[in-house]
Amino acid sequence: MSEQATARKELAVSDEVAIEIQGMNKWYGTFHVLRDINLTVYQGERIVICGPSGSGKSTLIRCINALEEHQQGSIEVDGTKLTNDLKNIDKVRSEVGMCFQHFNLFPHLTILENCTLAPIWVRKTPKKEAIETAMHYLEKVKIPDQANKYPGQLSGGQQQRVAIARSLCMKPRVMLFDEPTSALDPEMIKEVLDTMIELAEEGMTMLCVTHEMGFARQVANRVIFMDQGQIVEQNEPEAFFNNPQSDRTKLFLSQILGH
Amino acid sequence: MNQDISYVRTEDAPLLEPPSSQIGPRAWLWENIFASMADYATPSKAIVSIMMTIITVFTAYALVWMTWTLLDFAIFSATFFDPEGLKREACLDAGGACWPFIKAKWYQFMYGFYPPEEVWRVNVCMALLAVGIAWLIFPLPHRGKVAAFMLFGYPVIAFVLLNGMPIEHDGDIGHVVSGVWFPLILAGIAFAGYWVTSHGSIGDVGEAMAPALLMAAIVLGIFAGLPLVTMTLDLALGTEVVETNKWGGLTITLVVAIFGIVISLPVGMLLALGRQSNAPIIRYSSIIFIEVVRGIPLISVLFFASAMLPYFLEPGVDFNKLLRAMIGVVLFASAYMAEVIRGGLQAIPKGQYEGGMSLGLSFWQQMRLIIMPQALTTVIPGIVNTFIGLFKDTTLVLIISIFDLLGILSATLKDPEWSTPTTAYTGYLVIALIYWIFCFGMSRYSVYMENKLDRSHR
Repeated sequence: MSEQATARKELAVSDEVAIEIQGMNKWYGTFHVLRDINLTVYQGERIVICGPSGSGKSTLIRCINALEEHQQGSIEVDGTKLTNDLKNIDKVRSEVGMCFQHFNLFPHLTILENCTLAPIWVRKTPKKEAIETAMHYLEKVKIPDQANKYPGQLSGGQQQRVAIARSLCMKPRVMLFDEPTSALDPEMIKEVLDTMIELAEEGMTMLCVTHEMGFARQVANRVIFMDQGQIVEQNEPEAFFNNPQSDRTKLFLSQILGH
Repeated sequence: MNQDISYVRTEDAPLLEPPSSQIGPRAWLWENIFASMADYATPSKAIVSIMMTIITVFTAYALVWMTWTLLDFAIFSATFFDPEGLKREACLDAGGACWPFIKAKWYQFMYGFYPPEEVWRVNVCMALLAVGIAWLIFPLPHRGKVAAFMLFGYPVIAFVLLNGMPIEHDGDIGHVVSGVWFPLILAGIAFAGYWVTSHGSIGDVGEAMAPALLMAAIVLGIFAGLPLVTMTLDLALGTEVVETNKWGGLTITLVVAIFGIVISLPVGMLLALGRQSNAPIIRYSSIIFIEVVRGIPLISVLFFASAMLPYFLEPGVDFNKLLRAMIGVVLFASAYMAEVIRGGLQAIPKGQYEGGMSLGLSFWQQMRLIIMPQALTTVIPGIVNTFIGLFKDTTLVLIISIFDLLGILSATLKDPEWSTPTTAYTGYLVIALIYWIFCFGMSRYSVYMENKLDRSHR
């Protein structure tokens, strides 16, 4: 535990703000999903967001790349404010990578084409260069030999690693993970978490919605607990797990760590 | 107990051939035909078996009878040659198919009333088409370029070849140029607009307009290029104008059907997307168009275009009857196509849109690169179904006196020189066969494409 903690502290967090959320509120119809969210994420931070289902944690990170609209407050990513202007939204999306629970790979394209699609069409990277970058990241997630297969031929863990590589090909400043291991067999969870840990160690700014508390302990520098659309508590992982402040957090932790 | 056990076999007995009841034609017949008729163990099973026997005998009889009748009509009792030029008398007594009639009218079946001395133009046109389609079906190199040529270049060439000169000119290059400059300038403006919207910073509205502007530039460019191309061809080949009312037969069928197929697919895609749009104006105009057109019979659209439209236009203002019919067919097929494609769009999981969005792809990029390829692949059977329906619906242009393949047959059947009891049967048999060949070809191609594009089970 303490070894992990020291290893974690070596990962630098700069003072540069990556994401700034102020007074953000969101409703689905009359249902108030996110209440008064204030969150500042610095470049190089690794944040794990946890909480009971329906607490709005997925919605929160989906707001950061405008997959969901927010109705009140402001979200600024890398200095770009998210408004209704599609140009800003596209800019933010191309700087923010995202991995989904169900991978959302494009089944009609090969692994390599999945990885080169956005660089070629959004970044206007020459095809040759895009392929080189894609192969570099596929090697990083340890599946370069699958490059010419289709997503349907890969296992779930491999697909999720491709999804991570696909996002990395856009050279994002921030990575969002929306329950990346929830749809995987236990055996495959480890290979995806290892990839994510490696990514964190290279200094990527990451926000992860996950129930993998081991992962939170090992790499996160901050754990955020949400309930009923609010940020209830946030702290360094050790303090968060060993000395939770609110009753709701204590209950949640006792339920997921209890057995 | 150390006994001599020499009577015990020390090696396996040789394998025997399977009994003849298990292999070969006899087993096949038993398994596939007689097995259902042989079970009399209980009264109810016996009844089933007897019923199956009756049905089998009846079906076998019908099959043999129909095959025999067809063969008898088409071959055994048929008249094949008419060396003395007797026409109807040659076929009158035989009682079978009258093949000399088909031979005599074959030209009309293919080309209608197209002047024979100009018919090479139709042949060149169809040969180009065949080469183009073959190039795309059997993946040969440079498919993209060939596809672009077939979409944008070929229609111009086909029009010039089939129709001849679209404008009057006296061979003076200056006059032609003066007819070219206006569409050319418009095309230039549209292209400049495309350049600015796609590279500049007009914002998302500009980006959404860019593809439309590019399309406009291309269409105007074709308009501007047309007189130049036609004049060049005219000077080189001396193509005369052949009015569309002289076109007919398979030529018309193919012109209308291919025009309909090529235009209805993209229009259908736009309508399908429009129907799902968040913008009420776009959504409601798409819904109204689709529902109105689907609610009217094609015949009434064609009849309206042909008979009623002139009342609404100023005297002297007229546009080509064939063009009107083609537009009618396209509108019709587009509405059906839109609903087929919408079915495909609904099969795409929301995650595919989100995957595209999260990578920063714009709306049109998502549609073109992610959503449409998958949606179209899913509904290939429905799309080809619509194409086949459209191909056969072209026969309805007869209602406005355009003589397509079927219409030409009806016209030739009125020829008293060939009036025999079997002429009509022969004609319809041949025409049915021609339609079937085209439709079956489309069907096979769709199966091939489905297998080729299927990524799910590999």
